[in-house]
Formats: sequence, C-alpha cells, structure tokens
Amino acid sequence: MSDTALPAAATTPPAAPAKEETPFRRFVRSFVEDRLALFGLALFLLIVLLAIAAPLIAPQNPYDLASVDVMDSRQPPGAVSGEGFTMWLGSDGVGRDLLSGILYGLRISLMVGAFSGILAATIGAAIGLIAAYNGGRTETIIMRLVDLQLSLPSVLVALILVAALGKGVDKIIIALVMVQWAYYARTVRGSALVERRKEYVEAAQSLGLSHARTVFRHILPNCLAPVIVIVTVQTAHAISLEATLSFLGVGLPQTEPSLGVLIANGFQYMLSGSYWISVFPGFALLMTIVSINLVGDRLRDVLNPRLEK
Amino acid sequence: MLAFVLRRLAQALFVIAAMLVIVFFGVNVVGDPIYMLISPEMDQQQIAETARALGLDRPIWEQFLVFLKNAAQGDLGRSFVHGESAIKLILHRMPATLELAFVALVLAIVIGLPLGLYAGLKPESRLSRFIMAVSILGFSLPTFWVGLMLILTFAVSLGWLPATGRGPTVSILGFETSLLSLQGWKHVALPAFNLALLKISLVIRLARAGAREAALMDYVKFARAKGLSQSRIIGVHILKNIMIPIVTVLGLEFGSLVAFSVVTETIFAWPGIGRLLLEAITRLDRPVIVAYVMVVVVLFVTINLLVDLVYSALDPRVRLTEATS
Repeated sequence: MSDTALPAAATTPPAAPAKEETPFRRFVRSFVEDRLALFGLALFLLIVLLAIAAPLIAPQNPYDLASVDVMDSRQPPGAVSGEGFTMWLGSDGVGRDLLSGILYGLRISLMVGAFSGILAATIGAAIGLIAAYNGGRTETIIMRLVDLQLSLPSVLVALILVAALGKGVDKIIIALVMVQWAYYARTVRGSALVERRKEYVEAAQSLGLSHARTVFRHILPNCLAPVIVIVTVQTAHAISLEATLSFLGVGLPQTEPSLGVLIANGFQYMLSGSYWISVFPGFALLMTIVSINLVGDRLRDVLNPRLEK
Repeated sequence: MLAFVLRRLAQALFVIAAMLVIVFFGVNVVGDPIYMLISPEMDQQQIAETARALGLDRPIWEQFLVFLKNAAQGDLGRSFVHGESAIKLILHRMPATLELAFVALVLAIVIGLPLGLYAGLKPESRLSRFIMAVSILGFSLPTFWVGLMLILTFAVSLGWLPATGRGPTVSILGFETSLLSLQGWKHVALPAFNLALLKISLVIRLARAGAREAALMDYVKFARAKGLSQSRIIGVHILKNIMIPIVTVLGLEFGSLVAFSVVTETIFAWPGIGRLLLEAITRLDRPVIVAYVMVVVVLFVTINLLVDLVYSALDPRVRLTEATS
C-alpha cells in the first residue's frame, strides 16, 4: 500500500509543472469519493453560513435587552413569544429565543475555534521549522518543551491557563493557542527534518538563497499536508475545549454567550424538566464538532496515505 | 541501567521544579485575591492587615522563597477560603477522585476490550463498523455534553440512577470508599461511565489494531493448526499479546483520567479534587490551585517514570536508543 502512496505524497512540490491533472484536482477527486466526508463538509459549510447570517435570519437579537421579555422565559419548543414569533426551540431562563441564541452562539464558538486554530498553526509551525532547521541546542530545548506540554492533558493545561489569564474572548484564544501549538511544532519538525535532507533544499542553498527564504518558501510548503489535517482536528478540539471551559464557568463570560455558555445556563433547569435549554445548543455543538471531524478524517486519508486510519 | 534510572529521575525532578515555578508565578500574576476575601465594610487599614496576615503584601519573589521553604517541608500554603492547609484539603478529597478514576479505568477495559477484539477479528462485519463509528463519536463528543445526556436519560427521564453526589462511604484501611453498598454503586455508575467514555474508545482502537495484527501471526496460525478452540486462541494467545500495549497506555492514561475528572465531577457534583480545583479557580484561591497542580503533576511524573522504568527493564532496546541519541 505504501508503495503506491509514496509517489502521490512526493510529487506535490509547489513548483510542479502543470499537468493534465494537477495535485489539487487529484486531491479534490479523491476527497469527494467518500460520501460521509462530503456530508460532513456540506454540514460544516451550512453551519458556517448560518453563523455568518445569524443577524439576518435569527428571529430575535439576544443581545438586545429591549426585545427580550422575561414573561417568555422557559417556554417549551414551539411556543409563541410575547412579540408574536414562534420560538421553534423554546426559550431560555431569561426569556431569550433559543434558536436565535444558538445562531449567535455559533458565531462566537466558530470564531474562537478558527482564530485559535490558525494562530496556533502559524506559531507552532514556525517554531517547529526553526527547531528542525537550526538543530542543536535550540531544537533540544524546543522539543523538550513540546514533550513536557504534550505529556499533560489539554484540559488541565487549559484550566491552569484560564486560572492565570482570567475570562474573556482574547484570553480564551490565548489559552487555546498555548494548548495547541505543541502539536503543530512536533508535526512540522518531523516533516521538516525529512524535507531538509532532500536535494531541492541543497539546490536552494547552493543557489545562495537566504535561510528564511529556504525555510519558508521551499521547506514549509512541503510540510503543509499534515498541518492541514491537524488544523481541522485541532479546531474541532478547540471548539470543544472552549465549550467545556465555558460550561465549567471559567471560559467565556455571560456577555459573550458561546454554545458552552448556553449549555451551562440551561444545566440548572435540566433537572426540573426544561431539557431544551441545554439540549439544543448541545446538538448544535455536536453537529459542528462531528462535521469538522468527518472532514478531518477524510483529509488525513487523502493527504497522508501512509498513515493507517 | 543505573545511569538510565538516574537520568530519568533527574528529568522527572526537573519537570516538577519547572511546573512549580511556572504555576506559582502564573497564578500570581492575575487578579488580587484580597478583593475576593474582604468584606465590603472593611476599611483600608483592615484590608492591609488581612493582606499582611496572608503574606500578600510582600514582593512576589519573597513570597516565592517563603513558598519554596514551606514546600520543602510538605506545606503548600493555606487555603485563603477554607483557612486549612491546601495539601490537606486535596488529600482529603483525593479518595473520591481516585475511586471514580479507578472505576472508569475498569469500565474502559471491561467494555472496550471485548468490543475492540470483536472489531479486530471480524473487521468486515456490520457490527464492527458500527463499533468503530461509535468509537469515533466517543472521541469527538465533548465529555460534559455526554454527561448532560446521561443525566437527562438515566436520572431525569428514567429515574433509575441518582444524578448528583456520592453514596454513603465506608472507611477501609483509612481509605473512604463508596463501592461497598448498592447505593454507592448507583451513584458512581453515571460519572464513571462518563469519565470512561474517551478511554473506552481508546481501548477499542488499541484492541482492534492489536487483534488485527495478531490474527496474522504465525503463533495464531500454529495454534489453529494444532486444533485449539477459537475461544482458547482468542482468550489465551491473542489476548495475552495485545494486553501489553493496552495496559501500558491505560497506565499512562490514569493521570489524564484524574485531570479530566474536573469536568465530570462538576457535572455530577462528585466531591473530589476536580471540583475543589474549579472552586479554587473561580475564587482565586491560589494556594489550592498551586497545590492541586503540584499533586497532579507529581502523580503524572511518577506514573510516567514507573512506566518508563518497567518498559526499559522489559525491553533493553529502549535503553540503548536512549543512550545513543
């Protein structure tokens, strides 16, 4: 199996001459072969679209206190609000329409996940490249740090970080980046070590290109495939972790109601039977995470056939 | 071998020392716990007195030196909120968490191993595919969400199991346990399953991979040729060989169970150290946060060290590659 797979991975340098089938087309073709992954991608795009369009499609602006009526609190799904619109998913403890709350909550959850994922990927990849290219003492120190961090569970690291940083969107993103960077650093270092010994790097160096150019224009693009896979998986992980922290009350504040905050708010009503306040935001969270993971799973198979699932 | 042990020991101590410094300074840069502890009626002088009594008026490096001196004697400070020794608070709550983590670990093996074995030995069957799909879900579902669903299903809708708290405890050899009564088991069932879910998925994957590999080995073919029964081949020959990596991984994962218990304990109101940590974080109870992290890090490092040493004793190649690298 690895025999057929190796050329596919090796013939994707950025400067490959355009052929009948570009690496990108081949990638798309093999990605769509899996129905489940396609479904995941469609679901994810739908969720993103809903989140972006939230102010346009939500029946109510949950931030606007004037439109929220306490008389509407804890209404079951399908009830009609005081303003006359149907609350398809019911309302929460202070009378906000739950569907609107979820749409707005998705915005925050996705934004936090995407921001922290991209930031962590950039920082982690840069550190990993530096470690692999410089070697020696720099590499030893960086990799020891990576090992140290990866040996501790992410929930614990994140909890300690938010204990030190406090609440707020910016602080949660910082905490999530600090939890995730090590995965990227380790992966990028691994592939960069392999790439560094290849002939094109030697060629670049003998052409007199600067170190920075060699690293970022030549080595980095060849290390990107595994990074893309980790970005998807880690973004899902970041969204889940943010929801967990917010649920525990140490993540986002009430003024930034992500899905985790919504679920936490509903938890106190759950034992008395108002299940919907927690359950529906929970399903939204679940759909988001599962759809990203489905895409990530397929990306891993397509981009790195050497890795057995 | 001795050089290897000493090196590992030095590494472990270095990790503990590094965490000590990071956590102490990390926790101390944010917020002023004094404002959480005073009552609104206090005047400036009383506030200053409270700060002095807790040692909060001194410069941070001086606080650190005092902390180090006390830590060397096994005292990690007094809780601001409870007024008790932080380490005592944690040790007092520890049995509940260890009990939960232990039951979760047992569940992971009891549930995960048979499912994983089946999926590995019959990879093409419908049930196997279903098992693997569930294990993917088990990996991606957030623990707290599953906990909510468990409460909703088994406590609220069906009313079979209690949703919160720990059952009556009995003291055995100084260790408080609730596993001796039916009521205790009822209380531990939901949280333990919740905590175990990730590990069940992990065991399923490990057992499946191991079983698939082992089924192709010569010793299995030979056992079959000898006419041994299927159950004996699986139960003795395959199981014995795949248990080594599973037990190793689970040993390492025990620490992560303790760490993850923060989430589970909060949902199920389980009186362990995870909830203590969360309370400490929300109230800026620095000594308890620091003490918790130190206890968990020491637990982690000890487990990792033991697994490393046992491994290298069993497999000399580990030592050799370590020495040459």
